[in-house]
Order: sequence, then structure tokens, then C-alpha cells
Amino acid sequence: MSRYLLRRLVMMLPVVFGISLITFLLAYLLPADPARMYAGPNASVETVNSIRHQLGLDRPFHEQYLRYVWRAFHGDFGYSYHFKMPVWDAILSRVPYTLELTFAGILVELLVGIPVGSLSALRQYSWLDRLSTLFALLAVSAPPFWLGLLALYFLAFKFPIFPLGGAGSFHHLILPALCAGAGGAAWYARMMRSSTLDVVHTDYVRTARAKGLRERVVVYRHILRNAIMPIVTMTGMDIPWFLGGVVLIETVFAWPGVGKLAVDAIHNVDIPLIMGTVVFAAIVVVVSSVITDLTYAMIDPRIRYQ
Amino acid sequence: MRTHIDASEQPIRVLEDADRLPEHQSQLALVWRRLKRDRLALLGAVIVALLVLVAIFADVLAPYDPTVPFDDGLTLQGMPVPSTLPESSQFILGSDSSGRDLLSRIIFGARVSLTVGVLANGLAVTIGLVIGSIGGYFRGWVGALVMRFTDMMMAFPSLLLAIALVAVLKPSLWVIVLVIGLVYWTWIARVVYGEVLSLREREFVTAAVCAGASAGRVLFRHILPHLIPTAIVWGTLGIATNVMLEASLSYLGIGVQPPTPSWGGMIQQGQYYYRSAPWLILFPGLAIMLTVLSFNLLGDGLRDALDPYQRR
Repeated sequence: MSRYLLRRLVMMLPVVFGISLITFLLAYLLPADPARMYAGPNASVETVNSIRHQLGLDRPFHEQYLRYVWRAFHGDFGYSYHFKMPVWDAILSRVPYTLELTFAGILVELLVGIPVGSLSALRQYSWLDRLSTLFALLAVSAPPFWLGLLALYFLAFKFPIFPLGGAGSFHHLILPALCAGAGGAAWYARMMRSSTLDVVHTDYVRTARAKGLRERVVVYRHILRNAIMPIVTMTGMDIPWFLGGVVLIETVFAWPGVGKLAVDAIHNVDIPLIMGTVVFAAIVVVVSSVITDLTYAMIDPRIRYQ
Repeated sequence: MRTHIDASEQPIRVLEDADRLPEHQSQLALVWRRLKRDRLALLGAVIVALLVLVAIFADVLAPYDPTVPFDDGLTLQGMPVPSTLPESSQFILGSDSSGRDLLSRIIFGARVSLTVGVLANGLAVTIGLVIGSIGGYFRGWVGALVMRFTDMMMAFPSLLLAIALVAVLKPSLWVIVLVIGLVYWTWIARVVYGEVLSLREREFVTAAVCAGASAGRVLFRHILPHLIPTAIVWGTLGIATNVMLEASLSYLGIGVQPPTPSWGGMIQQGQYYYRSAPWLILFPGLAIMLTVLSFNLLGDGLRDALDPYQRR
């Protein structure tokens, strides 16, 4: 198990390196002058030059990159020009917010998607089934940031039930979580529907009914328990993808998470911070994909990793 | 055409189908016949056709120049005007924050969205076909290497990857096309890989190899034609995804840059006025949703219609 884990991590390392290398290269080719940005617009040419030398920005590309990697391995991701603080501290201070939103959003996906999906499968072709199909189609096609802005307009401005953005309380979390989870909920509802339909027509469900079990027991213990398996495994794979949407939602709701930080860094051309958030995202993706694999093994005893 | 494809796949089915269909009916006619029965897919096709027409004839359809601010397009306080006031009823959907006609911008936005969607997807499908075919056909280290690379790319969400790439580039229409194409091909490569893996074991491939055909010839002349349905389905579904990606990047301000009208960019600029001018958010968003929805519907319908195992 631990050998498998190690191999998976080693295999994913090139992703982190590849992405950091490409971003670093693009940043290096960027016409903007980081030394000038660091020094501020009023600094003299001498100051800018000395800062450039101090930051090592006058060194050749490979030297700069290798130094970046070396320092990154020691936990030093550079210094944010804009926020005037170490990049890693800036990121870590935002992580709890992104985690909160991610968990809440995935919870929305599952709590809405699974019941709706299984109900529409159990009542196939009913009005509920048709309605949920329609909503699923619309929710998957609607841009999450648009849903967010509409929710803000109607539920925070026209009818001020929720705050107009920001974070801090459970109240603040509701709208962002709903909007972040809407598309995923629709997706899970479709998956749960087809997964339930697969199970409904199996022999063991017919057997369960034939031996006179109450319908409740058949539905909960025989149908839903089996139908939910593929959904659980999908959730793990979903986490990195969810983070993409989180960037949009954080921007809409001024949610102070890592996604908002990354977008701000891009707008401020804060290169060390851009690099830091990109590498951070790569690490999160790698770690969550390995964790997903491990959960498979825990859920499904047939899977053994060597 | 039809006998060629079917004969290699399902000889028994060909006979059954041939019994029911007139002899001259082509594969295309068969697909069209199935598609016609799928009402949602037809709806998607109609909307897609309309969108394409709007994009092509934007100059004719748009009431005004999408980049020209109008003096009467702003209130005295400098706010966008709604279409509901009698003095600004010439702006059918209202004006935007610079006093430009929103409807004209949405019409021209169709051109940007579809251009990015179609070109990026063309790039993605091409890369996906090449990578997937190589991975599936050449077993051994070449195939393994190629597919490992695909898996690695796939582990990274497209939007995050696109953001990382655009973050430090100067975004333009072509950069966006390139970036979206470069992040989206992995899905197509995966599907193509699976298909090539099974196609290469078929008799007609063995026959071609025995006849002395080179690997390139086998791939291009014998395997590629079988991948056309996949390319069509993903070519349609992918446009939906790519339109959404473009809108998301533009919303974050790192997509197509103003004053070029892009739906996502319009929402980004409009969001500062969403309380007083909600139409700036509502209509561009509806345009994105309608586009994504129609390509999804059409793509799903095509997938069903092109399924060779479907007997209708």
C-alpha cells in the first residue's frame, strides 16, 4: 500500500514540475518588469537595478527556475509584490475559506443530487422526473458565475435575505455554496438516476420483492445502497474539478479564498503570487487524486493496490 | 460508404438493416432519420443553426455598432439606461456601462464565442485524435508514454490549467483559442484511445498489415474513418464546454479583452452595475446558457444517432 502510494506520488510529480516550469517560463517571457513592480513606480533606475540583482532577476532562465524549485522545496515561495508578505503565508491564510466553500459546495451537490436523482429514477417518466431532467439540463448549461450574480441580485439585493458577499458566518456561506454546487448537483442527479435505473431491474431487487420485503426496505437497503456506490467514487474525482468552479464563485461573492487570491494576483501581475497559487493548485490536485484512489480501496474491497 | 463501414463491424446487422431499408440509403441518411426522431436534439440543432447565422450575419442583424458609445446611452449620472424608458427604447435590451447598445454587443458576442468554441475544439479534436491513435495503436513504451502524459494532463482541471496558462500571457482571441485547445484534448484522446485499442484487433487491420500497409497508412486509411463518429460527437459536445471555458476566462478578465464583445467579458464589466442595471448580467448569461445548452442537446442526440449498435 505505502509502496503504491509512493509510486503514485512520484508519477504525479512531473505534473507539478511541468506546470510550474511552463508558468515560470511564460512569466519570464512576460514584458512586465518584476523589479520595477517590486520597487514601485517612483523608484530610481539604480534602485530598480539593485532590486533586480537582489532578486536574482538578472540571472539566466534555468538558474532562476532551479533556484525557485530549490527554495520551494524549503517552503519559500517568494514574496508577493502586491500584498507585501511571503507568498506561502498569503496562500495559507486563504486556505480555510476555500476548504469551507469546497466542502459546503460538494455537500450541496450530494444532498441535492442524490435524492433528486434516485426519486426521478424510482418514479421514471413522472412529472418529477421530467422536471428534474429539465432543471438538470439548465443547471449544467448555466455559467456558475452568472448564477451567482443572479442569486446576489434576487436574494441579497431585491429581497435582502442573504449578505451581499464576503465571508465570516454560516449566513455568508449559503449562496456561494448553492451556486458552486448547482451544476454538480445536476450532474449527480443524472448519474444517480441512471445508476438507480441500472439497479432497479436487477435480479436481486426482484428477489427482495418476491420474498415479501416491504418496499421501504427494498428501496433503501437493496436499491439505493447499491446505486450510490458509483456516485461516492465519482465525488473524489470531482474535487479537483470543483476547484475550477470555486475560482469563479469566489470572485463573484468576494469570498476571500485561494481562488480569489489567484485572480487578484493575475490582475496585479504579482508573478511570485501567481506562481505560488499555480503550484499550490497543482499540489492540491495531485494529493486529492491520490486520496481518491485510496478511498476506492476502502469502499470497494475488491480493489487491491500493489 | 455504408456497406464498407458496417461490413467490417456488424455483418449480421447489415443484413437485418438492409432488409428494412431501401438499398440506396446511406449512413448519413440513417443518422439523419434517427436524429429527426429526437426532438430535443432537433431543438438543439435549430438553435445551433440560428446561432451560427447570427454570428455570420452579425453586421446585418445588429442595430448598432457594438463598440460605439452613444450619448443617450447613459443617464446624466453616467449609468446604463434600461429599454423600458420611452426615451431609450431604441436600445432593445438597454445600454451597457459605456453607453453602448447591449443587443448589438450580444449579437457580435456570438461571433466571438462560436469562433473560440469551434476553433479551440478543432484543435482539441485534432490533438486528441493524433494522441489517442498513437497511444492505442502503438503498444509498448510509445503508447504507455503518450497515455501517461494524457492521464497527467487530465488530472488537472481544464479551467485551472487554462487560468495558469493565460495568467502570465497577454490574453487575446488567439491565445484563448490555443489555450483552450491545449487543455481540452485529453478527453477526446481518452475516448479515441479506447476505440483504437479495439479497432486494431479487427480483421481488416490485420488484413491491411498483411498486405504490407505501413503503420501510417493503416491509421489514416483504415482506422481513422471509424473514428469519424467519435470526432463528430466530441466536436459538438466540446464546443459547449469550450464556450463555457471562454466565458469563464473572460469573466475573470483574462479572456477576450474589451472592447471586443464577449459574453463572459460583458458580465464581468456589467457586474459592478448589477443592482441598478441587472440586464447587463441577465442577457449575456442567457446567451451563454442557450449556446451551451443547444450544443449539449445536439451532441447528445448525435451520440445516440451515430451509435452503430442502435437498431432504429
